[in-house]
Amino acid sequence: MKISKSWLPFVNPLSKDNPVIVQVLGICSALAVTAKLEPAVVMTISVTAVLALANVIISLLRNTIPNSIRIIVQLVVVAALVVIVDQVLKAWNYEVSKALSVFIGLIITNCIIMGRLEAFAMSNRPWPAFLDGVGNALGYGMILIIVAFFRELLGSGTIFGYQVIPQWWYDAGYQNNGMMILPPMALITVACIIWVHRAKNKDLQE
Amino acid sequence: MKGLKKKIDNVKPHFEKGGKFEKLHSVFDGFYTFLFTPNETSKSGVHIHDSNDSKRTMTTVIIALLPCVLFGMWNIGLQHNLAVGDPDRAFFRMFFYGFFAVLPQILTAYIVGLGIEFVVAQIRGHEIQEGFLVSGILIPMICPVDTPCWMLAVAVAFAVIFAKEVFGGTGYNFLNVALVTRAFLFFAYPSKMSGDNVFVSLGNQLPVDGFSGATPLGQLAASSGEAQVLGVTGDPLTLTDMFFGFYPGSWGETSTFCILIGMVILLVTGIASWRIILSAGVGGFLMGLLAHHFAMDLYPVTYLTPFEQMSLGGFAFAVVFMATDPVTSCRTETGKYIYGFLVGVIAILIRCYNTGYPEGAMLSVLLMNCFAPLIDYIVVNSNINRRLKRAIIKEQ
Repeated sequence: MKISKSWLPFVNPLSKDNPVIVQVLGICSALAVTAKLEPAVVMTISVTAVLALANVIISLLRNTIPNSIRIIVQLVVVAALVVIVDQVLKAWNYEVSKALSVFIGLIITNCIIMGRLEAFAMSNRPWPAFLDGVGNALGYGMILIIVAFFRELLGSGTIFGYQVIPQWWYDAGYQNNGMMILPPMALITVACIIWVHRAKNKDLQE
Repeated sequence: MKGLKKKIDNVKPHFEKGGKFEKLHSVFDGFYTFLFTPNETSKSGVHIHDSNDSKRTMTTVIIALLPCVLFGMWNIGLQHNLAVGDPDRAFFRMFFYGFFAVLPQILTAYIVGLGIEFVVAQIRGHEIQEGFLVSGILIPMICPVDTPCWMLAVAVAFAVIFAKEVFGGTGYNFLNVALVTRAFLFFAYPSKMSGDNVFVSLGNQLPVDGFSGATPLGQLAASSGEAQVLGVTGDPLTLTDMFFGFYPGSWGETSTFCILIGMVILLVTGIASWRIILSAGVGGFLMGLLAHHFAMDLYPVTYLTPFEQMSLGGFAFAVVFMATDPVTSCRTETGKYIYGFLVGVIAILIRCYNTGYPEGAMLSVLLMNCFAPLIDYIVVNSNINRRLKRAIIKEQ
């Protein structure tokens, strides 16, 4: 399948230029919100909204932002968007908002967002910037959800809170792996994804 | 033996280049050199000839471990009989009870670990390394007797793949594989790795009144203030009991006496570094002395005397068999002193002042494994700097 050039900003971050497993950005939140699937999905949606909108806004403003204060301007835009997302979440899904606690606020400091604004939105028109924002956020969220899937399945025996490991397994002596809930296993799961990914994409191997 | 060698030599051509089973060459080679001295000699240049390759080293460590293995098996039987109130003290019945209690775990550890090593060696086209020979017996020894085999299999697979093979296999691991296995079990399945009903094998029988299966350090960590250390039936343990290991615990590491026999074997054959053992012993003793001097009710383990500290739990075992692992410890001689000393100090420190972890030897060795390269780096660089300073000639 040939992908037209205008879609590259959207397609590239999904695999070849993935922000988490190739650029190794946003690892902190990948550790923090992936113990369960639900917060991971909510985090993905939040980051997608923030990054897509921030990219478009910065792209629209890119010719008027003075170069010397551009980081401040970017921060203000991102912070405003994050506060909106945070408030929406508190209003509509208070439980998950509590589970994610400070991490929604910390989207402001997510290096993927600042990175995309600096690297892409500041020098591209709004539509490609929008695609780039959605692509990167989904590339990030994809990894988050894969990691959360394995951590929740092996660590709690559930998927989206529904028990999937049958009771007779537990009766036969099976136990949930408590280490999957701990942050180190998030890193090791990400490492496994990187392993598989590089094995499939030989050109990424160093 | 000769007949066996003849037979193996007969099938050897099949495994050489161009033979039918060329793909299985590394498997064949692994078994061949395990059984017989390899007959390949160097063709050129000057080489040091020594019959001691890594296979012989590993075999010696296994021999050094034997006293601990045999005593541990017997002790399982003894603790079982004490716990269920069986008056039988026949040596062989108790020994074989323990033997059959741990046999499945030993087999699991070897099959899973060696299986992964064989597969990886085949994929990479490497020779099969024998690093797992020792790890395979160490792993069950430092786990509770009732560890389920499937948990052990998961943990061994995790440790061999993530602590060893991804870094390049035997000789390249920066963490001790056996301890990674134990750490994985400890954090993943805490209910099967600590507490008072995993260290004594009851074997579907009911325990007697007053039975407590907690290890001495486990009892202390759960107590408040100065407490006596009790055996399984509620009798207090003496220092002799502690030294010879008549108490429940991870079955291979209770007897400091047997560990000392193993230590002598390792030191005489020159396989373990005496620097590490000595400095770790000194470190543990000093820290124990310090803790005992400032004993307080908040940290009940501090009431133990230094001798009790060193006889109880996995301290001695970790120092003799884990900290001396030549791959994961320091390479420089000065570094070995620093490394060993810190292993001893940190083990007692965790044990005394973190009541969440009744035994600190595992965490201490793993932590120092991480720092070993840094210590080496500092030692080498300070040496370079010192010599540089000496070499500078003053300009006129």
